[in-house]
Amino acid sequence: MALRDTQGRPLVAVTGIGTVTSLGQGKDDTWAALTAGRSGIHRINRFPTEGLRTTIAGTIDSVDVEPFCAPMLSERLAMLAAEEAVGQSGLAQEDFPGALFIAVPPVEMEWPQREALAKASGQDGDVTYKDLLKAAGTGRFRPWHDLFIFGTVADRVADRFGTRGSPISLSTACSSGATAIQLGVEAIRRGETEAALCIGTDGSVNPESLIRFSLLSALSTQNENPEGASKPFSKNRDGFVMGEGGAALVLENADSARARGATILGYVLGCGEKGDGFHRTRSSPDGMPAITAIRQALEDAGVVPEDIDYINAHGTSTPENDKMEAMSCTAVFGERMAGLPISSNKSMIGHTLTAAGAVEAVMSLMTIATGRIPPTINYQVPDPAIPLDVVPNVARDARVNYVLSNSFGFGGQNTCLVFGAEPKGA
Amino acid sequence: MRDVVITGIGLVSSAGEGLEAHLTALARGGAPNTDAATFEPFPVHPVGALEWDRQIPKKSDQRQMEAWQKLGCYAAGLALDAAGAKEDAALKARMQLIVSAGGGERDYAVDGQVLTGLAKADNPGVFLNERLMGDLRPTLFLAQLSNLLAGNISIVHGVTGASRTFMGEESSGVDALRIARERIASGQDDIFLVGGAYNAERPDVLLIYEMGGFLWKKPYRPVWERPADGGGMILGSGACFLVLESREHAASRGAKPVAALAGVASDRSRRKAGSVEASLHALSRQLNARPDLVISGATGIKGITEDEQAALKDVAPGAAVHATGDLVGHTMEAQPATGVALAAGLIAEGRAGEALVTSIGHWRGEGAIRLTKA
Repeated sequence: MALRDTQGRPLVAVTGIGTVTSLGQGKDDTWAALTAGRSGIHRINRFPTEGLRTTIAGTIDSVDVEPFCAPMLSERLAMLAAEEAVGQSGLAQEDFPGALFIAVPPVEMEWPQREALAKASGQDGDVTYKDLLKAAGTGRFRPWHDLFIFGTVADRVADRFGTRGSPISLSTACSSGATAIQLGVEAIRRGETEAALCIGTDGSVNPESLIRFSLLSALSTQNENPEGASKPFSKNRDGFVMGEGGAALVLENADSARARGATILGYVLGCGEKGDGFHRTRSSPDGMPAITAIRQALEDAGVVPEDIDYINAHGTSTPENDKMEAMSCTAVFGERMAGLPISSNKSMIGHTLTAAGAVEAVMSLMTIATGRIPPTINYQVPDPAIPLDVVPNVARDARVNYVLSNSFGFGGQNTCLVFGAEPKGA
Repeated sequence: MRDVVITGIGLVSSAGEGLEAHLTALARGGAPNTDAATFEPFPVHPVGALEWDRQIPKKSDQRQMEAWQKLGCYAAGLALDAAGAKEDAALKARMQLIVSAGGGERDYAVDGQVLTGLAKADNPGVFLNERLMGDLRPTLFLAQLSNLLAGNISIVHGVTGASRTFMGEESSGVDALRIARERIASGQDDIFLVGGAYNAERPDVLLIYEMGGFLWKKPYRPVWERPADGGGMILGSGACFLVLESREHAASRGAKPVAALAGVASDRSRRKAGSVEASLHALSRQLNARPDLVISGATGIKGITEDEQAALKDVAPGAAVHATGDLVGHTMEAQPATGVALAAGLIAEGRAGEALVTSIGHWRGEGAIRLTKA
């Protein structure tokens, strides 16, 4: 009998997952550190930090690329995560039987490249873009066109894995990773593809991107103790910590996965999303968009709030997000919320931005697989306004069948996913 | 599967504002508006002056946006007006949004000063930190983030179903239309606002394409004539948004379809000699296209432009062929939607029965879109 969900659509199985974070390369290393409550946040030594308000991040320093820049590192992180995920799925490594959906950070040329162009122009007075354009016309910088346009990371990943059709690169800011998964789920449900490779990647900790977030007062400035800086849901939280990461999921029509004898790691049962027109960086004070996204995800999954065993929080550690997220979850889950475990991976790996939704999806599936809930570390000063069970500081064993994973982003983006060990009623 | 129709078009470019102005310019023929001086030797097709207040009423919103976002927001407003959706808050609250976008403008003066200083700085890294911390406007970031065009449309126009932003130059424009169409056809959603915006009048985007050797550096010539003289594209500023919905949904709210979006196909050939021609043949077959009108997104770049021309001879014999590049320039992420808008307008005027819109990316990605009578 065909595997369908309660709405008659193909069930979407996960048959491969992979990740790389500041805690380790591969899901097992990351998971071991995450459930041990270890932090991957450290002082930045990739570039000088004198003059910056924030000098810490969860950079991935073990991966080397040339030339060093956000698109190259993001591409490498995507490749590493996808190699692990496709490898686990047992599907062909270079002939992936489906589409690619990849969340990539917005790219642009970076300072080392601008400097190289300025130097090549021979201008020793005031440099303007006219000089850079002159240097560009020499033809000596041809590969940088490809490097710094928006479709290139996806193109290279598509080449490497042989995915089908036009790959989709996307951004929904800090919920991008979740949106990549949602696009894959929808394509399988529509019957357009039997499989989808869904990736979120972000290797963009460089001076300008850090300064941009810093100027918006979004980042923690508690630099003295890097490992303690990201404190989601704590009263003394003061902003997020930038992190880098890549994560990949192989999604398959459950029928075809089962037919080829693949091991099913879990299911993406539901997706929900809702826009917010309140403000560019802040969410509606009534939390309605986030509440709607959560409810939609539950409904799409065919589950009720009582079914959810654990919430993998967006939990950025900004004063605004954590308050809004707690309020929205409480609105949906009611009194039960006081005892429903909710924890933030970002307390350990920082906010991996474009990758976050995908990284946290991988961790949600690991939680289901192992029956172990990763903690929210650095929880020393509870916020009385957020009376939640944040799984403080120490991992916990629990039977987890259904997980809600939240992702919220600048620009009114709210995307929620529901993962399950099995579809409800199976 | 449900039929998908276009019920609203919002278009701005160097040819003016609104579908009407563009159809008039197309009928008139001749060379498009070109600015050859500002970025000499690079011509661009500049967008005309717009009364921003008409679509972006709050000055505070206008101040938060750079040109690419304002163009997009403006065109999105025009599309909502045309679809009769602007005043329907409940409809807009469930309307889905897909935007194809690149990134936003930089502060060119600051960049120049930083580069000038970096060359002489004792400690360049520290100098860079100090200057960026001191000189970057905090809100500039929000004008640069790719998904903030969608964010601004949500804020300014109240389109808040949910938004997704696709990136990846021309392909993102085709795939935005493809995904929206599939979601409507499959019954997942009823109504979408889809489109993109591009500001060509910025040195940083000229820089990217000049590095790759893609820009035309002579006086304007039609795209089909450029390959013989080395080839190259002229970027154009503009934006285009479309309201797409199921035929039933349009009927239920009394909206009149302009044309039907019969199919959207895209692919990514590994480019080599002849691959674009083969790809267009395949896409056309996939769409079962029998066009009497082609709106081509040809760039004028050597190789791919002749490839497209050769393919069109086979897949659209006898069809009238117009290039968006010869009307508004190459508007990158906004080009596919712009082609669809023009094709829909011509079909609505009875000047064509079926149209094929092409989008051959300047570097990668091939797309084709089939439109039929509403």
